[in-house]
Amino acid sequence: MAMLEVSNINVYYGSIHAIKGITFDVNAGEIVTLIGANGAGKSTTLQTISGLLRSKTGGITFNGKSLSGVPAHKIVSMGIAHVPEGRRIFQQMTVEENIEMGAYTRPGSEYNESVEIVFNHFPRLKERRKQIAGTLSGGEQQMLAMGRAMMSKPELLMLDEPSMGLSPILVDEIFEIIKAFHKDGTTILLVEQNANKSLAISDRAYVLENGRVVLSGTGKELMQSEEIKKAYLGG
Amino acid sequence: MEFLSYLISGLSLGSVYAIIALGYTMVYGIAKMLNFAHGDVIMVGGYISYIAVTRAGLPGWLSVIVAMAVCTVLGVIIEGLAYRPLRSATSLAVLITAIGVSYFLQNAALLIWGANFKTYPSLISGTLKLFDNKLSIPYVAMLTIVVCILIMVGLTLFTSKTKMGKAMRACSEDKGAAQLMGINVNKTISVTFAIGSALAAIAGVLLCSSFPTLKPTTGSMPGIKAFTAAVFGGIGSIPGAFLGGLLLGIIESFAKAYISTQLANTIVFAVLIVVLLVRPAGLLGKYVPEKV
Repeated sequence: MAMLEVSNINVYYGSIHAIKGITFDVNAGEIVTLIGANGAGKSTTLQTISGLLRSKTGGITFNGKSLSGVPAHKIVSMGIAHVPEGRRIFQQMTVEENIEMGAYTRPGSEYNESVEIVFNHFPRLKERRKQIAGTLSGGEQQMLAMGRAMMSKPELLMLDEPSMGLSPILVDEIFEIIKAFHKDGTTILLVEQNANKSLAISDRAYVLENGRVVLSGTGKELMQSEEIKKAYLGG
Repeated sequence: MEFLSYLISGLSLGSVYAIIALGYTMVYGIAKMLNFAHGDVIMVGGYISYIAVTRAGLPGWLSVIVAMAVCTVLGVIIEGLAYRPLRSATSLAVLITAIGVSYFLQNAALLIWGANFKTYPSLISGTLKLFDNKLSIPYVAMLTIVVCILIMVGLTLFTSKTKMGKAMRACSEDKGAAQLMGINVNKTISVTFAIGSALAAIAGVLLCSSFPTLKPTTGSMPGIKAFTAAVFGGIGSIPGAFLGGLLLGIIESFAKAYISTQLANTIVFAVLIVVLLVRPAGLLGKYVPEKV
């Protein structure tokens, strides 16, 4: 049984049919990527898993438990953390307060240990912990969003375009950290437009187009695929 | 001496506005709605305290606690029944609902307590006389100012130090992201209404202690003025509501004393208009650009 099983979900924004029967799964210990152009339904899929949006059909199970009808704020404590598109850190709160909010569902006793782990991954956040989050640079905000998510000790970490708007060096850094999280035992579901980078670290990937899965395979297979090369890898 | 006495009465009136404005601003900050029924919760607080003292014979301080308890429950019920079903509705629909709740409370009070004025028995009487009786300060004015400062300090500590308070700030910035942290947004909004309504009860008691006529529309004008104060200070900002309330009270008191009693309200609102022309976000309000 896969850790996360998404079967035949259909999501609508009013009358717009954004997700048209997507089915995929993520096994424990994998890095799985959803790639696709803008509007393909990648972010909508993640938001449906974390409960911010609802599917009209099908279902989503996590470790065998159904997520349908579970309110968004209870999904975190089941072991899924979501770093949303655009980071959505709390701009007017300090770095440290953002990190505390990440630990909202956890007992206070493990806070010091968790924050230590996060600061080890992101030493820059430690330096700036008293700073108002809105004054951080884009890369630092991405790090804060990821660190905040890790505070909930997730089994599955969902990252929505973590490389968006970052310089190539920072993108490398962010991907290194994703690999480090994965090495520490966190399963990763990644949404990316940077197909090259994300396929290189992925066990498996799904290609989304207009709300449907059009292609799937291992990271290596997809990197070799002519269609992918044309559409995403500039080859 | 006269100046000082007007200043103190302005500060005391302003403290009442500030306490009410805090309720407006907290609810606005989190639920992004203008709860126009807030002023009428003040009136209910006044009536409950009045009944507790005159009918049940409770001591004044206990009547305040009873009023706070009743208003807290009332606030949470109003939020749950009237506003929660409209969480994803347009802000205009919520605004009209709030006006409806306001009329509902006024008319319910009219049915229950009648149209006749009740004379509120001041909880604290007497005045402090200073400088050979040239300056007299009612004890209730002093109490009002002290209570207001305590509430302000308490709320600041609550929102900056406690887990619930921080969760409130998180919700006010981004409800979706707050949910992703595991914060129950509905519960947080309920708590905000509970706090705002308890403050309204305190404001009701203090207001009626200074101006002892109690009627079903007692809360309307102070409610609107406190809303003005909240906008004046920067709606959504707790220190802004405090500052806006105090300034509004002082301006009103001076306008009454030195310009004209009849024109006092006009002057108050004229000042609001000028401030908003110069600083559209209010005195301490921050203009937050939306990042896309």
